[in-house]
Amino acid sequence: MPLLAQLPMMKKIQRTLIELANIHRFVMRFFREVFMPPYEIKEIIRQCYVVGWKSLPLISLTGFITGVVFTNQSRPSLAEFGATSWLPALISIAIIRALAPLVTALIASGKVGSQIGAELGSMKVTEQIDAMEVSGTNPFKFLVVSRVLATTISIPILSFYTAAVGLFGAFLSVNQHEDTSFRVYFDQVFEAVTYLDVFSLVLKAVVFGFTIGIVGCYQGYHSSKGTEGVGRAANWAVVMSMFLVFIEEILIVQIIQAMRA
Amino acid sequence: MLKTGGHIDYSTPVISVRGVSKSFGDLHVLRGVDMDLFKGENLVVLGRSGTGKSVLIKLISGLLEPDIGSIEVLGEQVDELDDKALRQLRLKIGFSFQNSALYDSMTVRENLEFPLVRNKRNLSRAAINREVEDVLDAVGLLHTINQMPSELSGGQRKRIGIARTLILRPEIMLYDEPTAGLDPITCIEINGLINEVQEKYKTSSIIITHDLACAKSVGDRIVMLLEGRFEREGSFDEIFDTDDGRVKPFYDYNFIK
Ligand SMILES: Nc1ncnc2c1ncn2[C@@H]1O[C@H](COP(=O)(O)OP(=O)(O)OP(=O)(O)O)[C@@H](O)[C@H]1O
Ligand SMILES: [Mg+2]
Repeated sequence: MPLLAQLPMMKKIQRTLIELANIHRFVMRFFREVFMPPYEIKEIIRQCYVVGWKSLPLISLTGFITGVVFTNQSRPSLAEFGATSWLPALISIAIIRALAPLVTALIASGKVGSQIGAELGSMKVTEQIDAMEVSGTNPFKFLVVSRVLATTISIPILSFYTAAVGLFGAFLSVNQHEDTSFRVYFDQVFEAVTYLDVFSLVLKAVVFGFTIGIVGCYQGYHSSKGTEGVGRAANWAVVMSMFLVFIEEILIVQIIQAMRA
Repeated sequence: MLKTGGHIDYSTPVISVRGVSKSFGDLHVLRGVDMDLFKGENLVVLGRSGTGKSVLIKLISGLLEPDIGSIEVLGEQVDELDDKALRQLRLKIGFSFQNSALYDSMTVRENLEFPLVRNKRNLSRAAINREVEDVLDAVGLLHTINQMPSELSGGQRKRIGIARTLILRPEIMLYDEPTAGLDPITCIEINGLINEVQEKYKTSSIIITHDLACAKSVGDRIVMLLEGRFEREGSFDEIFDTDDGRVKPFYDYNFIK
């Protein structure tokens, strides 16, 4: 009986290992092809537009709300110690070190990751990827490399933007409750930030952006036949990239802590 | 319309398939296929659904690799080519997919431009436009140039798919069920198109179909894929001059006996 119970488990482990090997091959192929011409500059720019520009409204809203809510939630605890004057510094560190890249990445996982997964998935299922292959275009280069580069470039830029919008949202709250002026607020904000904080934001955002792109493309590119396969590709793109983003967040924070010490 | 076949060069094979087998897991799809396509010839491949006809032409274009056997296309061993050489070879092969495989995020014009722009980088804008309009005109769909694939009917999509492969002036055309699911009149148009392509561009073609009217009007030679092998070969009349229970139903059904 215990042996039987283990069987489906073994199958699952085996499947996971095969999947990991496939992902590894996919990532290696990306690094092999990214440096080889032709460079699909036009397609990369187009994808940056799709990934970055089209996510702006959603990112603006989320970034803004994050700033306001975080400030309003932190205020009472600081007020207990009569330390509300520390709000700008606290907000600044929280947003730049943690919230901006994380919020951006989670929103992008949902919006961009699922879109890439579904788009490539349906191209795979309807043989459009094969059609590209036989008409003399390398579909990996044209579809995958351009999308992964686009997310890797766009997510850092979006993260800075999220930080700016979040800091501005926080400012409105601080300005209303503590009467802090724009100058004073931003002086305190920038005083609290170190180069290492900015570096950690960039590092995280680049890693998150790469993850979202590669996971979405992987899921789409390996989507199984049928419309169901497309749905699953989109779904898994989101689940997997969110999961990986959290893991990477933990790891990068450890690295940055080590560098700080 | 009966074909003459006078332009075919039976001494020059452009595709030679020798002893090719292909399995997916436990499913043995092809079991030792031998086949030649001669220069200028229209070869029709008949076979039941799921016998591996699409797999065969995917092997020929290098989208799949054979388990054993060899495939030679235009003098080159397909499974031995590196990526770059394979890509070069593919430019000489037009592949019209079973369900058209048009890029659905692009307009008809962009679909047709795609292979051109990417493979002939020194072509001027005007030349590209002219080429696109030429092939669109050849398939009779110039008026759809700015439409999206989702706005087209199945038959129109098929024809655009064929136009997209013609635009690179391939030496070999692979048609996967060009008339499947179309009304008789559109079928006749497509058959005419296939013959026109053969004459005008001097292509050699493999046409996969279940449609015997299509087979009869475009095929110079017909082969039948039965249980993973090519078992019958010959002209239309030769193929169906038999009591074989696996072959007769094709004829009886298509010509309503
Ligand atoms: N990439 C693949 N992976 C696994 N199985 C496949 C793959 N491609 C084809 N097959 C299987 O091979 C068999 C033959 O498929 P193929 O598409 O060649 O059939 P076909 O002769 O073209 O049929 P139809 O006339 O319906 O198009 C089918 O059973 C199919 O499930
Ligand atoms: Mg088929």
